[in-house]
Amino acid sequence: MPRRGDLKRIMVIGSGPIVIGQACEFDYSGTQAVKALKEEGYEVILVNSNPATIMTDPDMADRTYIEPIEPETVAAIVRKERPDAILPTLGGQTGLNTALELAKSGVLDECGVELIGARAEVIEKAESRELFREAMERIGLKVPRSEIARSMEDVRRIASSMPFPLIIRPAFTLGGSGGGVAYNQEDLEEIAAGGLDASLTSEVLVEQSVLGWKEIEMEVMRDKNDNCVIICSIENLDPMGVHTGDSITVAPVMTLTDAEYQKVRDASIAIMREIGVETGGSNVQFGLNPENGELVVIEMNPRVSRSSALASKATGFPIAKIAAKLAVGYTLDELPNDITRETMASFEPAIDYCVVKIPRFTFEKFPGSKDELTTSMKSVGETMAIGRTFKEALQKGLRSLEIGAPGLGSAFRAPLPERSELVARLRTPNSRRLFALRQAILAGMSLEEINEITAIDPWFLRQLRDIVDMESSIRDFALGNSMTPDNPEMVVMLRRAKEYGFSDRQLAEMWKRPESDVRALRKATGTEPVYYLVDTCAAEFEAHTPYFYSTYETGRELEAEDRKKVMILGGGPNRIGQGIEFDYCCCHASFTLRREGVQAIMVNSNPETVSTDYDTSDRLYFEPLTFEDVMHIVELERPDGVIVQFGGQTPLNLAVPLQRAGVPILGTSPDAIDRAEDRERFQALLRKLDLRQPANGTVTGLSEAREVAERIGYPVIVRPSYVLGGRAMMIVYDENDLADYFRTVVGTETPEHPILIDQFLENAIEVDVDALADGRDVYVAGVMEHIEEAGIHSGDSACVLPPYSLPGEIVEEIERQTVALARELRVVGLMNIQFAVKDGVIFILEVNPRASRTAPFVSKATGVPLPALATQLMLGRTLKELDPWSRRKGGYVSVKEAVFPFKRFPGVDILLGPEMRSTGEVMGIAASFEEAFLKGQLASGQKLPTRGKVFLSVNDRDKVFAPDVARQLAEMGFELLATRGTAELLRSHGLDVKTVLKMYEGRPNVVDMIKNGEVALIINTASGKRTANDSRAIREATLHYGVPYTTTMSGARAIARAIHAAQNNPLRVESIQDYYRAAPVKG
Amino acid sequence: MKALLALEDGFVLEGESFTGPIDLAGGEVIFNTAMTGYQELITDPSYTGQMVCMTWPLIGNYGINPDDMESDRVHMSALLVKECCKEPSNWRSTETLAAFLARHRIPGVEGLDTRALTLHLRKAGAMRGAISTKILEPEELIAEARKMPSMEGRKLTPRVAAKAPYRWDETAGTRGLPVPAALSAGGTYAWPGTHAENPRVVVYDYGIKWNILRKMREYGLDMLIVPPDFTPAQVDAVNPDGIFLSNGPGDPATLTDEIAIIRELAGRYPVAGICLGHQLLALALGGRTEKLKFGHHGVNHPVKNLISGKVEISSQNHGFHVIAEGDLIPTHVNLNDGTLEGFRHRTRPIITVQHHPEAASGPTDCQSFFGSFKDMLMNKSSS
Repeated sequence: MPRRGDLKRIMVIGSGPIVIGQACEFDYSGTQAVKALKEEGYEVILVNSNPATIMTDPDMADRTYIEPIEPETVAAIVRKERPDAILPTLGGQTGLNTALELAKSGVLDECGVELIGARAEVIEKAESRELFREAMERIGLKVPRSEIARSMEDVRRIASSMPFPLIIRPAFTLGGSGGGVAYNQEDLEEIAAGGLDASLTSEVLVEQSVLGWKEIEMEVMRDKNDNCVIICSIENLDPMGVHTGDSITVAPVMTLTDAEYQKVRDASIAIMREIGVETGGSNVQFGLNPENGELVVIEMNPRVSRSSALASKATGFPIAKIAAKLAVGYTLDELPNDITRETMASFEPAIDYCVVKIPRFTFEKFPGSKDELTTSMKSVGETMAIGRTFKEALQKGLRSLEIGAPGLGSAFRAPLPERSELVARLRTPNSRRLFALRQAILAGMSLEEINEITAIDPWFLRQLRDIVDMESSIRDFALGNSMTPDNPEMVVMLRRAKEYGFSDRQLAEMWKRPESDVRALRKATGTEPVYYLVDTCAAEFEAHTPYFYSTYETGRELEAEDRKKVMILGGGPNRIGQGIEFDYCCCHASFTLRREGVQAIMVNSNPETVSTDYDTSDRLYFEPLTFEDVMHIVELERPDGVIVQFGGQTPLNLAVPLQRAGVPILGTSPDAIDRAEDRERFQALLRKLDLRQPANGTVTGLSEAREVAERIGYPVIVRPSYVLGGRAMMIVYDENDLADYFRTVVGTETPEHPILIDQFLENAIEVDVDALADGRDVYVAGVMEHIEEAGIHSGDSACVLPPYSLPGEIVEEIERQTVALARELRVVGLMNIQFAVKDGVIFILEVNPRASRTAPFVSKATGVPLPALATQLMLGRTLKELDPWSRRKGGYVSVKEAVFPFKRFPGVDILLGPEMRSTGEVMGIAASFEEAFLKGQLASGQKLPTRGKVFLSVNDRDKVFAPDVARQLAEMGFELLATRGTAELLRSHGLDVKTVLKMYEGRPNVVDMIKNGEVALIINTASGKRTANDSRAIREATLHYGVPYTTTMSGARAIARAIHAAQNNPLRVESIQDYYRAAPVKG
Repeated sequence: MKALLALEDGFVLEGESFTGPIDLAGGEVIFNTAMTGYQELITDPSYTGQMVCMTWPLIGNYGINPDDMESDRVHMSALLVKECCKEPSNWRSTETLAAFLARHRIPGVEGLDTRALTLHLRKAGAMRGAISTKILEPEELIAEARKMPSMEGRKLTPRVAAKAPYRWDETAGTRGLPVPAALSAGGTYAWPGTHAENPRVVVYDYGIKWNILRKMREYGLDMLIVPPDFTPAQVDAVNPDGIFLSNGPGDPATLTDEIAIIRELAGRYPVAGICLGHQLLALALGGRTEKLKFGHHGVNHPVKNLISGKVEISSQNHGFHVIAEGDLIPTHVNLNDGTLEGFRHRTRPIITVQHHPEAASGPTDCQSFFGSFKDMLMNKSSS
């Protein structure tokens, strides 16, 4: 049966900003879907507020709306575009929820729009706990005993009939946010209240605990003829109780017999049918009692998911692409398997390697949060590794994680923790439990005991023990053996170590010799990896897609091609500060290379990305981004150049070692990168160009710090020169603060690594600039004025392009300095500079001769594809030739707004600071700054009120600015509320303010008012650790009850302007193509 | 213990025996792409005379249990894997794979680059091979491989087929066991059930997988299982409603006596066949069989059921395939390579499938075949 001819225009809803639980996997799946639909000749209308996505590139969909993904805005787009259908299953939970809301509101009926892939009833049946449980019972499957609660009274009643621990799961939330495990009544009250609040439908499920059971996932696909296939099975190393997004997972299932596996398979298909997902992919999660095989269904997602992205990367089967084609009427047996070309998509992939996914966490960014893993997801990224054995894959995965671990074992001579400490680290799941497992094994704890404590399947524990045993053999080997390549024992040892996934760095550490020695030993003994293919079929058929992994085996199925080729190093796992924006740049590098006839070779380890889609590049190596792993590929491929400036810090860190090893680095030289990164060389550079930077100094102890801070003048920014995970940056306002910083943050007055002190430019305007350069000419691609003042991490600030308040001459001077820096550093490719402007003086904060987080935003905002042009420049084209100036679009305003994961980390303060904590970003585009900012707010999940009560609480430094903002809001009809201090201040400026009580002043206080929904907007800049806990409690309530808020005065000013605009004009939606078309032609 | 694998064309791989010393073992080397179900595979009589390379590298993880046997012993000549797990983890496991193989004196070799081997077999085709822990000189072992009998023209059913009539006692063992069946002096059989509820089937056992018997019982069929030389007259004496032809090893074309028996029965009874049974029926009714390059061995083969129009994911294990001719109407086709997966007869009540609807190992998508067979028998008994 051919595709449906009755549909012409199909709308795809994306997943919006990157948040925990919904990351770039939905750009991967959405991009596949958009391409698949276009390939079939449909006109595609796309909505996604995230500018850093490939799917929102203007040439991807026919009509691209970079607009907030929320029902009202999307309804406006539906009314404007009149699509025939919406495909809601590719935009994660956001896409699904939005589609469901549209269906419920009647807009779809009104406009005659069909939901394809999953109808509204199907979505409800899968997502509503009650309907789902009834459905499972109808087909004879068990679900954990549970009941729906709609109030705290319900919760208490239900809980009284079940033993603790209990699982609390809110309905309709992302990644289980708001859920958790309650071990006692107190936990129950807290978690259930949060869950009721987080649920879109104010429903939580109170559930029998299956903690410790095996967790199994199945990825199922179904077509309209009811053909069903399982694409991949996944077994979690972490048993039930840890969110699957936070679990180490393995594909395929490791410990089930065929009979048991088939039972799970049959159940998955039965669920797909019963729920009624007509076409597409779904994910089903099961719990399985390891004592007797009892099976319970945990949940099913009637859409592509993080797991389906993982399954696609793990097997080579493009689930999202096929799902899109099934949605428009194809059947599985009509669609070819891209990889084999001759076989069809209606089969079940067979793999001949083991896949391990490991999540990446950033608890260190959220002081006050507990490193504890529960059913609410907390990881911000993940890495995947492929090996022929679990051991190999696990260790490759660990070094791909880039958390400083070269594999399972490191710090080989460090003493082991005490037994009690170990038990504690094992008992409560946490981000470093795997390492604790190694230590426990080393410490001699029995696997039985470890199994009792952790409930991790003995199979996994034995695999870990095998690795630990091998570690001991490797370590001891150096004692009694000649460490030379002619020692046959050496050859055997090296190969065994490599088969177990040990890295050169681990061997070097154990053998107390430089990594280069180990490398030399390996080369001399011929201990080198081969590259095997991910082919969906375990070599049964010839495969045509070039998707490889390394392993220590004997075969050879890969030959380097004799043509011009360039290797792109990706960014590895997502983390805060390095995510989809960099993958976006890497993808464009690849697309551009291919357009230019150059073979594009991608190296990356992040399964969520578009860059690891098998058809993004000519060749894909799914490998860790370490020197060792990259060099192996370089030696095989012999690329003409390697691109390191697109993948963020990960590849940049490899630039110098690679260059030393003789690898040609394309674009800006590693030396120039070093000049910008090395503090002293950077100062010399600025001096040479006569540019200014904030006063600064480097100190080794508190007393010296006092002197330097005194010389510079408070406030100052302090940070360690060497940090893992980029934490511990702080603004200090006086000597006491400084002493506090050394005592509490550094932990000692005489730290091992120096502390850096910079002048803090209070209330300065921060400016981000992205530029392209070819070594001679420079194109200033975008000057972005930050909304939040300097001192807030640039990744956490909103910014505006073009600048909305900076005088023209300042912008010109910033452009001039940009050109001077790019020329001096002989930048070839992209560059980013952060400036601060204070009292008309321009300071340079940072120069990054590489792609920045803002490169995709600027590309979208100006219509100039920066990463593509940068790639062409690296290939030797000139700016004159490419002429970005003539391509630039304008005449509208673009705002970038950051999105934060605070809701995931209860107890964490939401105040912004110099430490980046946002996970993603959205873009608002409009004719005016106000409207664009409003859209940015809406897209980031903050719906600004147009009337109601505003609560203000400001710190002393902001008192100068508060009255103005308050006056504007009062003039717009808002009622002002403030606690005593701020209220007095505002009254003294003639404003009418109602004083509300602080927490300790009695009740009802401000927190009560927030809880009762009486406050429409909160402006709260009260900060500093000596501010009463009061302001913190207010912020917690703000977050908890979802009240729109800002924690900066500059943010408050922007919000006031935006609200003013919103009161006067309804929001207008427009496609990016229309913005570009209407843009004045520039010469 | 170091082991060597050699193929007749000179391809050699090193590995380690996990079952102790291997003087010499050999047979046709094939690969299987299933990721679960090694226990079912090694006890499947159809693998007689073959050394099976598992493409999924981690074998033995869940051990061996008493429930998942497909016969009472191991039939393949050797099991070739990447990594054999010595400490299985599963609540049903009672023995390790290594101990089980050793107990049945079947060699197991691990540490092999099974992908390299599979790639070679895919390109060069299934071929003879030999393994040994004694003969470690490649040339010598290659010569041994060349001495092994070729699968084409090889008759293997006598090794595994039933020797005497038996019945399936579903109450024996954990999931049923064969029990000798007594025929009367006149050759009649005391069927336990009624015609109306439990159609009666004479099952020819050429090396049958137990799950076929389990499934037929599940579908309510009464079975008398008989050896390949059970004559049509003997069949008439037990008076069944239909005939079932099982799977089994070897080259179907060598089974000329069996084919003659089938030809005669096919004119008188409804007949169903699975795998070898399907091939023998084809040969009896005017079809041909041919050897496939490297066969179909796995649990992920898409089969289009031409009657329902649906795709079923099937369990497969065959080195030969049928070219349907004359009165044989294709009912199932393999979507990977278009080979025949099942047929019916134009006029007579005869249905077959090349794949394994009984699964074990593999998906249960195709099991309605047993239902179709039962319907065919019920129609016959009601007519």
